[in-house]
Amino acid sequence: MTTTLLYDGTFEGLLTAIFEIYERKLIYVKLQQGEWHNTALFNEVLPVITDSTRANRVLKALHQKLSSDGLQRLYIAHTADIKNEDDILVGYIRHVFDTSQNIEEDYGNKYMMRVSEIVRMMRREKHRMEAFVRFQKLQDGTFYAAIEPDFNVLPLLRRHFKSRYADQKWMIYDTKRNYALYYDLHDAEFVSIDFTDNTKAGNTIAAYTEDEEVYQHLWKNYFKSVNIASRKNTKLHVRHIPKRYWKHLTEKI
Amino acid sequence: MNAERITEKLNILADAAKYDVSCASSGSKRKNENKGLGNASNGICHSYTEDGRCVSLLKILLTNHCIFDCAYCVSRKSNDIKRAAFTVQEVVDLTINFYRRNYIEGLFLSSGIFKNADYTMERLVQIAKKLRTEHNFNGYIHLKSIPGASDELMHEAGLYADRLSVNLEMPTEEGLKLLAPDKNRQDMIQPMDFLKRGIIQNTEEKKLFKKAPMFAPAGQSTQVIIGATPENDQQILGAANYFYKNFNLRRVYYSGYVPVLADNRLPALNTAVPMVRENRLYQADWLMRFYGFKVNEIVSNTQQHLDLDIDPKLGWAIRNMQVFPVDINKADLLMILRVPGIGVQSAQKIVSARKFGKLNWEQIKKMGVTINRARYFITCNSNSFERRDLTGNNIKQFILAESHSKYLKNKPDQLSLF
Repeated sequence: MTTTLLYDGTFEGLLTAIFEIYERKLIYVKLQQGEWHNTALFNEVLPVITDSTRANRVLKALHQKLSSDGLQRLYIAHTADIKNEDDILVGYIRHVFDTSQNIEEDYGNKYMMRVSEIVRMMRREKHRMEAFVRFQKLQDGTFYAAIEPDFNVLPLLRRHFKSRYADQKWMIYDTKRNYALYYDLHDAEFVSIDFTDNTKAGNTIAAYTEDEEVYQHLWKNYFKSVNIASRKNTKLHVRHIPKRYWKHLTEKI
Repeated sequence: MNAERITEKLNILADAAKYDVSCASSGSKRKNENKGLGNASNGICHSYTEDGRCVSLLKILLTNHCIFDCAYCVSRKSNDIKRAAFTVQEVVDLTINFYRRNYIEGLFLSSGIFKNADYTMERLVQIAKKLRTEHNFNGYIHLKSIPGASDELMHEAGLYADRLSVNLEMPTEEGLKLLAPDKNRQDMIQPMDFLKRGIIQNTEEKKLFKKAPMFAPAGQSTQVIIGATPENDQQILGAANYFYKNFNLRRVYYSGYVPVLADNRLPALNTAVPMVRENRLYQADWLMRFYGFKVNEIVSNTQQHLDLDIDPKLGWAIRNMQVFPVDINKADLLMILRVPGIGVQSAQKIVSARKFGKLNWEQIKKMGVTINRARYFITCNSNSFERRDLTGNNIKQFILAESHSKYLKNKPDQLSLF
C-alpha cells in the first residue's frame, strides 16, 4: 500500500520525510506538500513534522555518499519548487542510499536524469535572470528591478548580484512569489513584501531619479541602432528572449 | 548632459559599429575588488536584437571619421554619411550608467582612424584607463587594436582591457589588397604577435607572483568578412586554423558581408547576406575547437566549400561511413563526439552514465541526443538499429527529408493536402 507523506515544503522537511521512510521501512511512498486533510480514503497519510535533528542525520549521510556538487544539485532541484516533483527527489535520495557506490552521474536512472534536467532548467532560468534584470534608479539611489521567473531562482541570484553591484543599493523583486532580495551596501537579504496597489508601476515612475528616463531612452535607441534589418530573424529573436519576459525588459516595452 | 545630442551620437556610432560581430564577454576573470563596480567572468547576453544577435556589450565607435577608404566599410572616407565623435567622458558615463542598470556586461570600443593609428589608439586606451582607475570599474572591456599602433600603446591597452582584437577583415592578403588598399596585413599581424607574446609572458609571471597585474585576461580575437571577396571555405577555415594555432586566438568571427555600398569590386547592393554560409563556417569552427576535428577533415582540395544543405559534422560522417556504426557503450569520447546528433554535453553524459550500466535508445534520448540523426551512425543496448546497408547519400536524403531547417537551400516539395 502507498503511504502519502505530507511535509511543509522546506528542504529540512524533505530530509525529515526521508528519515521517516527509512525508520518505518516504507516501500511505496508519495510525497506531498501541504496541510493534512482527511480526504484520502484508501491511502495511508502520514504528516511529517519537520525535525532538524533528524534532517541533519540524513544530511550527514548524504554528505558521505555524494560529492558537494551532487548535494547542491539536489538542493537546487528542491529550491525550484516545481509542482509534483517531490517524488523525484525522494527517488533520487533513495537511489543514493540504496546503492553502495556514488551514483550521481548515473544518467541512465530516471531520477538522476530528471534531477539533472531540473537543475539545468534552474541554471538556465538563473542565467536568464542575470541577463534580463533591468534596474531602474529611484530617488533614494536604490536600483530596483521586478522579475517573474518561471522557477524560484531568486536564492540563486544572490551571489552574482552581490559581487557585481557592490557599490549601489539594489532590490530585485519576484512579483510572482512576493518576495525580494535587497542589498543595503553591506549584505543581501531576502525580504518578503506584499506591494499593495499604491506602490505599483505608476508610483515607481514618480520615484525615478531625473536621469533614469534619459538612460532608458538611450538604451532603447541603442537597441534599435544595433539591429541589422537585412538580417531580420524573428524566430531566433523570440527563441532567445521568449515573450513572457518582455514586460520587464526596458528595450522591449 | 545634452540628451538630444548624445542620443544622436549614440545612434550614429552604434549603427557604424554593428557590423563588427564579436560579442563575447566571456573568458575573463576580473573580480570586483574593494567594493567597486562590476566583475567579468563567464559572459552574459543581456538582450537580443530582432536579427537574433546577442547584445552583451555597449558596442560603439569612438568616432566614424576615418582617413581610410576600405570598400566594404560604411565609415569609409569617400562615403557621404553623417559623422560624429564621442568625448572620453561621454563614453565613460554611458558605460557606467548602462552597466549599473544591468543592460550590459561592459564596453566594446572601436574607432575610425583619425589622424593616425597611434593618435586613435591612445584615445581608446585613455577611456579604458579612466574606467578602471577613476571609476573602479571591473566590467568587461574589449578594445579594438588599431592596425599599426605602437607596442607601447598596445602594452598599455593590455593592462586595462580584458580582450583585444585586430580585424583581419579579409581571409587572404589578396582580398585585403583589393578592398582595403590603405591597410596591409603586416600592420595587423604585428600587434597580434605583440599581444600573443605579452599574454604568454603574463601567464608565466602569474605563475610566479599571484599579484602580477593582468594582461588581456580574455585573450585576443579577430574577424573576417565572408562573401565580399571570392575566397572559398577551405581558404577561410585554413586562415582561421593558422591564426588559432600561431597566435593563440580565442575566437575567429565570420561576418557575412552586408551590402551597404555600391562598388564594382563588391557584390551588388541587392545581394543576400550569406547567412547560411556564415552559419556553416561557425559550425566548422566549433568542430575544430571543441570536437577534435582537423581543418583538412572538414574541407579539402576535393571539397573546397562546405555543403550548405547539411552541417559539416554530418558531412564528414557521410564521407567516412567506414568508421560507423559506433557502439556508444564502448567507443571513446572523441569518437562519440564525432557522431552527428550528439553534442559535447550529451557525449559526456553518455560516457559518465555507461559506467553504471549499458544505455539504450530511450536513455540517450533523455540525455539530449538527436536520435533522428544519430540512429544511422550508432548502436546501443537494443536490438533495433539501422540494418539497411545505406550509403552516405541515402542517409543525407533521409535526414533532409525529415528536417525543417530554414537553412535548407532546396526545399523538398511539400505534400499538398488537396
